[in-house]
Order: sequence, then structure tokens, then C-alpha cells
Amino acid sequence: MAKVRVETTVNGEPAEFLCEPHESLLAALRDALGLTGTKEGCTTGDCGACSVILNGRLVPSCLVLAPEVQGQTITTIEGIADGERLHPVQQKFLEHAALQCGVCTPGFIVAAKVLLDANPSPTEEETRYWLAGNLCRCTGYDKIIRAVLDAAAQMREASAQTREASAQMTEVSV
Amino acid sequence: MQTIRYEAPQTVAQAVRLIEADPGAKVIAGGTDLLVQFRAELRQPTAFVDVKRIPELVGITIDQNGLRLGAATSAAEICEHLEMRRLWPGLVEAIQLIGSTLIQGRATVGGNLCNGSPAADATCALIVNRAQCVIAGPKGERTVAVEHFSTGPGKTVLEPGELLVACCVPHPAPRTADAYLRLIPRSEMDIAVAGAAVSVTLDKGGVCSAARVAIAAVAPTALLVPEAAHALIGSPIDDRALARAAQAASAATRPIDDKRGTAEYRRVVAGVLTKRAAAIAAERAKGR
Repeated sequence: MAKVRVETTVNGEPAEFLCEPHESLLAALRDALGLTGTKEGCTTGDCGACSVILNGRLVPSCLVLAPEVQGQTITTIEGIADGERLHPVQQKFLEHAALQCGVCTPGFIVAAKVLLDANPSPTEEETRYWLAGNLCRCTGYDKIIRAVLDAAAQMREASAQTREASAQMTEVSV
Repeated sequence: MQTIRYEAPQTVAQAVRLIEADPGAKVIAGGTDLLVQFRAELRQPTAFVDVKRIPELVGITIDQNGLRLGAATSAAEICEHLEMRRLWPGLVEAIQLIGSTLIQGRATVGGNLCNGSPAADATCALIVNRAQCVIAGPKGERTVAVEHFSTGPGKTVLEPGELLVACCVPHPAPRTADAYLRLIPRSEMDIAVAGAAVSVTLDKGGVCSAARVAIAAVAPTALLVPEAAHALIGSPIDDRALARAAQAASAATRPIDDKRGTAEYRRVVAGVLTKRAAAIAAERAKGR
């Protein structure tokens, strides 16, 4: 039977691919679109290595059928940085050396970004719960949690500075 | 492997036609059970019928008739819904227990019911809240009380060509609240050894005037236990009433031994969870 043609938006750009009807989004991203930053782990939704953002929701791309994303919006690890500028979560993973073998890292970064977009001040407990579906076989969880909390702190500081700057601008214009 | 079709109907009628025409077709909502079973070659559907593009199957509506929960609404959307959390805290806490953040982004209550697991977390909480399943099929629409929806492990009342569209839950009466508890072998993200949901209505004097109790993972289906509810009704929710309810819940179990626990352990735990959930529900009901 013919392959399915899917048109979608990946990391802000229109993307198009052909897939088998039963293929996973994970396979389509890696094989058809060449976006190999999203990793294959368990393929049963248990490990989080294949985490992507689908219409604003964190999902395991192994449990999404590729044809389902017709007309939908996907962000993968490749879309987290702003051009050459790393996202604060990525920067803090580097600074804290929050990775060992690195296979789980893209999933953790994508999951942490969704958390911080929804909740700029998560507690350590909230962070650990949120990331509980992302497994690190090297068991480097502590550094990962510290990196995410540090990224949250930096993002809060940056947004406070932006608010202050725009408040000053308003005063000047008044 | 035989090629499998993918269909994304836009209406309930289209979906019903597709699944009626092809007995091998499987409805996919979140896919967190179905795709895992498919990849393990436990299921070989001839088509995936994705129901998430059908407006009636997605979303949460609360109006004077109560709650209407589209069968393909994600757990994440439900857990973020402040009004649902306020009105049915036990139902939301049960749904919140289903898998990780990632799984919550995909998993649906309809899928939880259609998978037919006696350990499904959402089922008991729906039962105590008197949920009705809205089913569409070739002969039209019918409703089935959620306690009758599953007929055994992996089995449901759905006839060929039928589709679960939504769950409808009436508004809780005044001074009514629910709670759900489960026991799993580790601290998070596992399948229940046993679970219990309780809904309690108190009169102005704090006496229990109505109750519903349902228990999970201790029989081939989730069980509504009227005897446990009767043990609570007519007195304040005190230690004696709780002990009677626990005993009635344990007596209603028909558990099995498996890797998660023995039948005897499940029998005891079902009672303990019933008692604790009833106490939480009563505490919540007082504040309403």
C-alpha cells in the first residue's frame, strides 16, 4: 500500500515527509527528516528519550503515529536553541555537566523546557515529578535536577530584568 | 507485516462507518496502550482509526447538566482544568496517577476505559461519580453506566462498530466529595495492586447521607461495592463506620495472585484503601 504523505510544521518550518501508516513520529523525525537529536530508547513510552513537543504538549514521539501530525506543530531538540544561542536549560546542562553518555539528554532538555514554560519557579519536588518519565541509565539525576533549577533561576532573573527595563522605558516615555 | 491503514475521521458517523466496515480496525486515542501492544505484536490491527480529530471526542464541558468529558481528551488537559479539580478532586487525582508527564500528554480517559484493565485508575473514580459512557454505533447512540462498561480483563460492552464518545458525570450534590487512593509496588508510575475510590455526601450535621465505593485490581473488573457504601451511610464518618466499610470492601474482592501481590494481600489492602479514601472524601465534603 502507498505511503502516507504528511505535511507538518517542525521547529517553526514547514516540513513534509512520506511514512508507513503505522510508523512512529520518532521514526519519521529521525529517518525521513534526518532529525536524529530525538533518541530512540524503549519505544514503549517508558523512558522519555524520544520526548518532543506536539502542539505545546510534551509527548513521547514513539507513541505518536507519524500520520497523526498532519497539520500539527512539533518542536524537537533541534528547535530548542535560538539559532547559535543555547536555551538556558541547554547552557546549564553544560555548566553543571548534567550528562554522562548523553542519550537521555535531548529528552530531558525538551521536557525541562516545557516545564519551565508552564511553571517558571518549580520546586525541586515538582521538577523531579515532572521529569520522572525521563530515565537516565547513567543515573546522573542529581546534576540534571540542579541544572534545571539553575536554568529556572536564570530565566526568572532575565525576565525580571526585561520587566525592569520596559518599566524604565515607560517612565521615560511618560 | 501486512500494511495497516491510518484513518482520521472528522465525525462520529464517519468513525462508526470505518470501524463497522473493518472488524480489524482499532480506534486510537492516546495510543499509550494500543501502540505498546501493537509493537509487542499482541495486537495486529488492519487499520488505526484516529479519533482525535472528532470535535465531540475532545474537550471538557461543564454546564448545568454536569461534566462531559470527550473520550479522547488527554490526561494532561484534565489535570490542568481548575474547575474539574475543584468539583471532582478524586477523579482528577486518579487520572493524575496515570503514567508520567509524557504519558499524560497522550493518555486519555476513554482509552483507559476501552483498554479494560481491572487496575485502570480512572475507572473507580468515574464509578463513584456516577459516570455514564456515551457510546455511538451503527444503531445510534446508547449510554452505559461506567461500572458496566468493562466486562472482564481487556473486555468491554462495545459491540462491533461501536465507539466510546464521552463520559458524562452529574454535578456533585452539596457537601459531597470524592477521593481515590491506590497502592503500587514502588512510589510512582506503576499498575495498582489495589485501588479504592469513595464519594461521600454529608448532611448538615456531618452524618453521611449518601456514599459510593468502588475498588480496583481486586476482581476481573472494577467493582462498585454497595455494601461498603451502606456501611458509611447513616452515621458520621468515624472509626467505626470506616472499619465497617473496610470490612465490606475486603469481603467484596475476588482477587488473584500475581507478581504485584497475593490475593490475600489485595483483599486486605482494598479495605485499607477504602477506609483511607473515605476519610479523605469526608474531610473534603465538610468544606463544601
